[in-house]
Amino acid sequence: MRKVLLPSLIIIAASLLVIRIFYLQIIDDSFKLKSENNAIKIKYDYPERGYIYDRYGKLLVANQASYDIMVIPREIKNIDTLEFCELLNVTKEDFIKKIEKAKVYSPRLPSVFLAQLNKSEFAAFQEKMRKFEGFYFQKRSLRDYEVDYGANIFGGITQVNEKLVASNPYYNSGDLIGKQGVEESYEVTLRGIKGVKYIQKDKYNREIGSYKDGKYDTIAVQGEDITLTIDAELQKYGEQLMINKRGGIVALEPKTGEILALVTAPSYDPGILVGRQRSKNYTLLYHDSIAKPLYDRGLLAEYPPGSPFKILTGLIGLQEGVINENTTFFCHHGFSYGRGRFMKCHNHPPAQQLHNGIYNSCNTYFAQTYMLTINKYNNPAYAVDVWSNHVKSFGLGQYMGYDLPTGKRGNIPTSKTYKKIYPNGGWRSTTIVSNSIGQGEVLMTPIQLANMMATIANQGHYFTPHIIKKIEGEKIDPKFTVKHETTIDKKYFPPIISGLFDVYNKGTASRLRVEGIDICGKTGTAENFAKINGKRTQLKDHSIFVAFAPKDNPKIAIAVMIENGGFGATIAGPIASLMIEKYLRKKITRNDLEIRILNISLKDQYAKLGGMAAASLIETTPKDSVMKAKMNKPIPKEVKITKADTTQEN
Amino acid sequence: MKNQSVKSNIDWISVIIYIALVVMGWLNIYSSSLSSTDGTYEKQLIFILLTIPLIFIVLFVDGKFYEKYASIIFGVALLSLVGLFFFGKTIAGQRCWYAIGSFTLQPSEFTKAATALALAKYLSDTQVNLKDVNRQVQALAIVFLPVLLILPQPDPGSALIYCIFLLVLYREGLPSWYIWTGFIAIALFVLTLVLEPEYVILIALLVLIIMHFKGRAVDRNLILSAILLALISGFVLSVDYVFDNVFKQHHRDRFNILLGKTVDMKGIGYNTNQSEIAIGSGGWIGKGFLEGTQTKGGFVPEQHTDYIFTTVGEEWGFAGSVVVIALFVGLFLRVIYLAERQKTKFSRVYGYCVASILFIHFFVNIAMVIGIFPTIGVPLPFFSYGGSGLWGFTILLFIFLKMDANKVNEW
Repeated sequence: MRKVLLPSLIIIAASLLVIRIFYLQIIDDSFKLKSENNAIKIKYDYPERGYIYDRYGKLLVANQASYDIMVIPREIKNIDTLEFCELLNVTKEDFIKKIEKAKVYSPRLPSVFLAQLNKSEFAAFQEKMRKFEGFYFQKRSLRDYEVDYGANIFGGITQVNEKLVASNPYYNSGDLIGKQGVEESYEVTLRGIKGVKYIQKDKYNREIGSYKDGKYDTIAVQGEDITLTIDAELQKYGEQLMINKRGGIVALEPKTGEILALVTAPSYDPGILVGRQRSKNYTLLYHDSIAKPLYDRGLLAEYPPGSPFKILTGLIGLQEGVINENTTFFCHHGFSYGRGRFMKCHNHPPAQQLHNGIYNSCNTYFAQTYMLTINKYNNPAYAVDVWSNHVKSFGLGQYMGYDLPTGKRGNIPTSKTYKKIYPNGGWRSTTIVSNSIGQGEVLMTPIQLANMMATIANQGHYFTPHIIKKIEGEKIDPKFTVKHETTIDKKYFPPIISGLFDVYNKGTASRLRVEGIDICGKTGTAENFAKINGKRTQLKDHSIFVAFAPKDNPKIAIAVMIENGGFGATIAGPIASLMIEKYLRKKITRNDLEIRILNISLKDQYAKLGGMAAASLIETTPKDSVMKAKMNKPIPKEVKITKADTTQEN
Repeated sequence: MKNQSVKSNIDWISVIIYIALVVMGWLNIYSSSLSSTDGTYEKQLIFILLTIPLIFIVLFVDGKFYEKYASIIFGVALLSLVGLFFFGKTIAGQRCWYAIGSFTLQPSEFTKAATALALAKYLSDTQVNLKDVNRQVQALAIVFLPVLLILPQPDPGSALIYCIFLLVLYREGLPSWYIWTGFIAIALFVLTLVLEPEYVILIALLVLIIMHFKGRAVDRNLILSAILLALISGFVLSVDYVFDNVFKQHHRDRFNILLGKTVDMKGIGYNTNQSEIAIGSGGWIGKGFLEGTQTKGGFVPEQHTDYIFTTVGEEWGFAGSVVVIALFVGLFLRVIYLAERQKTKFSRVYGYCVASILFIHFFVNIAMVIGIFPTIGVPLPFFSYGGSGLWGFTILLFIFLKMDANKVNEW
């Protein structure tokens, strides 16, 4: 027995060791993580973000170097604080505060002392940096905007939020990400792929070389440049015309669905949201809840479209066979329906056919047409759905699928809508007749209005609006080249188009003709209300105008919406015609009209909604000297607006 | 012709395991000291190369030499320990080194082999019967004389090692109650640290009562049981007293870490915590040679010496750890097997001593590294950095291999 003790002990002891090692190495995996936290540091190499160009190749957004001054508190050695503060333009108190903050974070690890200095701010410091032990710089890339417009199109760059860091493994805390505009929708293309370097640390947290000879390291992939469909000149012009107004302009190329201009007002210079002033300026803009400069009205603002919607009412009437080109309705300043209800109309000859019904914007004509359409079927619910499907085939009442991150669906009512409003039934064509003239439950955004015009210009089809023209070495989304057909036969479009053409010749926009360009358009006005001091108050109507040109072979379809601009032909109409001229001719012949529009200010109107916020100082102001000069010119008397100009319509 | 006989008779299995362990040891020292610039792995390579002439000397010396001069060798070894009090160099608070130029020598590493020789010599005397209390005292005196000289250096790790000689004495006839007393003492010691002393005494009382009624009639001796209980109580209370009042805080901490009582991972718990992290991160097959992140980062203190096994665990994983443990166990069992077939009592006892000494180093070292034994500075034989240790273990092993190769000629 005595011989067995030692061998047994050896085997028992060895088994004990193996079991414990098995536990440490195989069962408890917390050690693996601890070892990585211990010894490996991950460093990222951020590639330069792709550039952004306009449709003609004009550079809009590039990058600029910026410099973060970093500090390792423990390594600071007898520096001349006074000189240091002077060079970086910080106060001594600030200096002490920042150093204390860095120390709290870690005395051994680098913290950002001063972020995002531009080249000139940095240059003076760089020369003397040797003298300041413990400080060094880190180069970063920031957006450099070559233009002072298009802020809503570009969007911006910001730090990722913690929620995204948790859900998307690509991003780490502190990374930058595109927010809003194309920076957001083409984030993956523009940002490229950051490179990763694994670095071996020692117990003092010092770097002692690359981990596994860089076996897991990856090289950064450069961000790709993108070309937008935007016409920079047109965009700029649109934003200038919108100075001192609120609203949106959307211009599309009907043949392709390309977005030529996407204007929202008020806007701001994208350059003010870069670098050291970013957070201050962003806060100002963010808190301006009345003018809402960060709100893209072209995509987000839902309005009752008003008269332009009559175009669809007419088309659907033709398609459903309840009217033809020659159908005549009589209108005596309005239209009686239901029990003593009356829809007012304006001053025009009583006998209306489709053609002059459009250019006179006759409410009676389209209300009748709409009622015939609904009454064609015995069941109003079914009829509304038939009508609704026709309307939706124009891309309305839905997110259109364009490549910008924000949008609104608008609203095209269906039988369900009315079931909700009238749960006990009892609604019929007269109940919902307001839809016929683009009021009632119908809501549309400016881009939907523009798309509607593009569809009419194309006589029955449209392409999903999009802002991307070209991605370097990549195909754009094929969904943008798919033709969407409407439910309206092609043959019904020419009579409507000729009516729209005569809006310029004989109708509500006859004063806005541009010599040599055949424009088809339609004015619109939307009533609106606001709560002022707790009272529901009717404000001046929104001014709406939709158009496309030229009549044959259309190159541009446009929707203009001016909040509280009054009648469609007052402000929206002229802006649309100036935009069309600018796009087709690249220059403006009607200088007087241009100067008048530039000088229109609706500030007084908007003041009723609440005082202009502090942000108004950094919201759009003309920076262009030519534009400034034009705006200071007095309005020429002979083209001053007269009452007759603003033929009343609904 | 003698050379011929050594070459053909030496136990090549042991030699191959020895070479394997030394080579693996060096590779791990290389990995763990790659980032330091003080030439650790180069020095270890020199130490290893110097073992070759050492081995030849050990093998060429006449087989009878060791038995004949065992007492003298033991005497010289004891003198070298005494000499430390006068000429010793203090490194890290321990006065256990002789400095010769830039090299240092730790005599206690060689004393183990000398003690083994002396014990073998004493027990091989046919007059010695370990049933005799006088003989027991003499044998224990041989074992604990070096301990008395080593403890005050202070080097509790080396001193602890000598307890293993009890197993050798047991093999040669020491009454088994020595061993049982030892085991019970260890168990009581640990229990006292985990529980309050009153509970430990209560448990002992319960066990004794159960034994009294369940045991054989012969054992039902109330007086003996009472004496036993008194002894146990005295031991438990004195352990408690010693732990609280005699031990220094850092001693107490070493035990507290193991018992999960202290969680200060930046302070005293740092070593064990870091070595557990390093080993634990190895997984099944480890991170690969020279790829250990903890090893490269130098997170584990003393990694090339006492904590060399962390490098094995991190870079070679569970597979590598098991291979190393298997090699050691293989060597121990081989040496025991060889010892049992020795024709002289002297070489058998010596062989047993070799296996025991290597085993206790191996167990205490790895158990400490993986956090199941208090932090005690004991090297891993053949692995840990250091000339004295390597040469001490090499001489220890090869003296026995020489005896084993020589046994044919001993008639």
